[in-house]
Amino acid sequence: MVTLAHYLTLSAILFSIGVTGVVCRRNTLVIFMSIELMLNAANLTFIAFGRHHGNAAGQTIAFFVIALAAAEIAVGLAIIVAIFKKLGTVDVGDIRFLKG
Amino acid sequence: MENLLFGISVGSLAALIPALPLIGALLNGLIALLCRSGKRDVPKSLVSVIGVTLPVLAFAVACYLFSLAKDPATGFTTQPLWNWISIGDFSASVSFKVDRLSLLMTLVVTGVGSLIHLYSVGYMAHDKGFARYFTYLNLFLFAMLVLILGANLPLLFVGWEGVGICSYLLIGFWFEDPEKAAAGKKAFLVNRIGDLGFLLGMFLIYSTLSAKGLQAPGGLLSFEVLEQYKGDLFLVATPICLLLFVGAMGKSAQIPLYVWLPDAMAGPTPVSALIHAATMVTAGVYMIARMHFLYALSPIAMQVVATVGMSTAFFAALIALTQSDIKKVLAYSTVSQLGYMFFAVGCGAFSAGIFHLMTHAFFKACLFLGSGSVIHALGGEQNIWKMGGLRKRMPITFLTFAASVLAISGIFPFAGFFSKDAILWQGFATGHVVLWAIGFATSGLTAFYMFRLLAAVFLGKPRDEHLYQHAHESPPTMTIPLILLGLLGAVGGWIGFPEALKGSDRFFHWFAPIFAYEEFFAKLEARGHGLELVLTLMTLIWVVHLGLIANVLYSQKIGRMGALAEKFAPVHRLLSNKFYVDEIYNFLFVKPILLVSEKVLWKFADQKVVDSLMVEGTAETVGLLGRTFAMLQTGMIQTYVLLFAVGAIVFIGYFVL
Amino acid sequence: MELAFFYIFAAISVISAILVVSFRNTLSSALALVMTLFGVACLYAMLEAHFLAIMQILVYAGAVMVLFIFVIMLMNLGREELLKIKMSFAGVVGILIGGYLATILVLRLSSLSSPLPEAPQGYGSIAEVGRLLFSDYMIPFEITSFLLLVSIIGVVVMARKETA
Repeated sequence: MVTLAHYLTLSAILFSIGVTGVVCRRNTLVIFMSIELMLNAANLTFIAFGRHHGNAAGQTIAFFVIALAAAEIAVGLAIIVAIFKKLGTVDVGDIRFLKG
Repeated sequence: MENLLFGISVGSLAALIPALPLIGALLNGLIALLCRSGKRDVPKSLVSVIGVTLPVLAFAVACYLFSLAKDPATGFTTQPLWNWISIGDFSASVSFKVDRLSLLMTLVVTGVGSLIHLYSVGYMAHDKGFARYFTYLNLFLFAMLVLILGANLPLLFVGWEGVGICSYLLIGFWFEDPEKAAAGKKAFLVNRIGDLGFLLGMFLIYSTLSAKGLQAPGGLLSFEVLEQYKGDLFLVATPICLLLFVGAMGKSAQIPLYVWLPDAMAGPTPVSALIHAATMVTAGVYMIARMHFLYALSPIAMQVVATVGMSTAFFAALIALTQSDIKKVLAYSTVSQLGYMFFAVGCGAFSAGIFHLMTHAFFKACLFLGSGSVIHALGGEQNIWKMGGLRKRMPITFLTFAASVLAISGIFPFAGFFSKDAILWQGFATGHVVLWAIGFATSGLTAFYMFRLLAAVFLGKPRDEHLYQHAHESPPTMTIPLILLGLLGAVGGWIGFPEALKGSDRFFHWFAPIFAYEEFFAKLEARGHGLELVLTLMTLIWVVHLGLIANVLYSQKIGRMGALAEKFAPVHRLLSNKFYVDEIYNFLFVKPILLVSEKVLWKFADQKVVDSLMVEGTAETVGLLGRTFAMLQTGMIQTYVLLFAVGAIVFIGYFVL
Repeated sequence: MELAFFYIFAAISVISAILVVSFRNTLSSALALVMTLFGVACLYAMLEAHFLAIMQILVYAGAVMVLFIFVIMLMNLGREELLKIKMSFAGVVGILIGGYLATILVLRLSSLSSPLPEAPQGYGSIAEVGRLLFSDYMIPFEITSFLLLVSIIGVVVMARKETA
């Protein structure tokens, strides 16, 4: 029988993988994708809890997260493209505009 | 005791006395500020009028107060003007003690002070600091009066410090000359050392009394309260008296803190007359007379006071024998006479000490003003070996000077005879025979060097023709005070005509209720009048003898004195170089302090520790911290992400686990 | 039965996620992410959030990932990334962090092992979600639409050619 713990554990694992990806990888796009992974894990948690309490609010919040993630990806990718146009690379180690 | 004059109470009159010179100081100060740096001409007449009439008014008020308040003898303390300090259980209020002692001192200070103010009008007439001078002089008078009239130790100390400041300002009056400025500095510093002792004495009194949980409305340090509780101070009386005496040593120039007084002659001569002859230096004697009840509890302290006093008297007299500056002779003479006064109070003869204080004020001020007259006439010359025969050119100065010389030598019937005789007799009668002998010898020395001075300056033949032609008698503003003081020096002692000479000894009896010192009376009565007469006659013969010898030697046989000096050259050098005391002090104290100040405090503590370590170090540390923290701002996203993740995980870990 | 399905979908999600993070080729990462999204969508369906499962596939896997792949192809990254194999200090730390996080969360969460209750009627249907959106969560809904507008404007501004 699938319990709440199963879903939450899965969500935790997905989130951790996302964190690892953000910290480890140097490719900006992969970092972005890891962020998406983390968002998905959070979504799963929301929906699992919503189901647990019988409240559809969890789904509503997940709905908003999806919408926001879409908006965020759009803007983020626009930034990455702009940086790519300037530096010619998407290696995150080469982006040092904020140094000092 | 609230007699009224035009509706003004005695208390207000007492407060008026110091207030009048203060007003003078403020007004003159204002004028001085407005006219500084020669922007405008100083209105000399206005300044003189303010500067002289206000002390004269104070004298008049003091006379009136004297006539009112001389009974009861024990005096009273006026109502406080305002509550000055009130911290926890320590309080002191501004109130004045009006009794025979303070009234007499007030009369002396305002009287002699007014005369000297008048004299200054003539003496300082060509000085560009005229207004400033009178400001300081009036301010000094104010401070001295606060000292005398103060009803508690803190207020006395305020006056004490005030006269110290004014002394510094006036000694260094011509401060453009570095030597004169240094003399003022020296006076203040040496005084400060004495003040430390005074403060410690006050602290000791307060801590002893407050530890016993005593309360008093006027503050624990007011004289009435102290007299009331003197029994509680019995155990610590000796340390307190000795500490207060250290203060007196500084202020009244006794060994070892006398070194500032000869240097203080760098100031204008009226200043020397007022401050360093008549008033400020007597503050120490006054203080001991005020605290007589405390000193009576400690025979050890009294013995110390008497011994130091007489040693100083002898020592200074020796130095005065060989000085060639007219003012330096008088300065050492002052130190010597102050020693007599301390000897007197140290033997318990408080009224004798005050008597000598009064007569000394008269003749010493006259001597200084006379010397000022000579210096003024000779255009600034102060070396007695360049003078001589001035009696023909400056008769009034000569006569008053001679009268004062007779007085200081203690020759009948001038003032000094009575006061010195009283001191020596009462010292002998209380058992201080050795010190009496030294005093006897010193009085001879005093007569000798004073007649030496008189002869060298006024008698004989002029040694410098050019200066002699230049000499002229001084204007009336200067001669009138001289005449008045000379007269006082002649007759002022008659109120202390001893009973041994069929007088009524009024001065002594007048003060007796204040210094109610029973054993003392008993001792004196026991010795009898016969012995007193014998000693008095002995002293008189001795001083007349030496005076005549000096007179003859220095007026006619002056060449032989030069040869004599060379014959005893080492001794002469020792004495004329003041026993090298200044050099010794310089070596022992001044040089080490300067060395420490420069090498340790300046180069090390100030430059290295404060400037480099603390000031620049702080800046450097801040910069260092800033740069360290700036290392976090790598600009690399991965770093930020890493830190972010670590932080978040710590948080999560804390809440989850 | 249900458990088996759960494990299958979970495995798909986790393995795809690991692949996202490990592939050297960016395009492969993107495609792995699509697989992950798909797996997660199936899990949503298991949780009876049908509407959201379809939304996930349509919007996330469909539109967003397509955008991603457009950008990747635009940058033409393929080959270069392949050469970067060296593991940096940040990499090691990252793995440690991930492991640590997984551990603490799992430890904590595995205690909530109560079985899921019966879902109410109509739970997860579009009607139910729509009802909530237009009643309780009206304001966030409107703000989200505003936010989308803002992001569109932002993207347009940033992607604009610099007029010389």
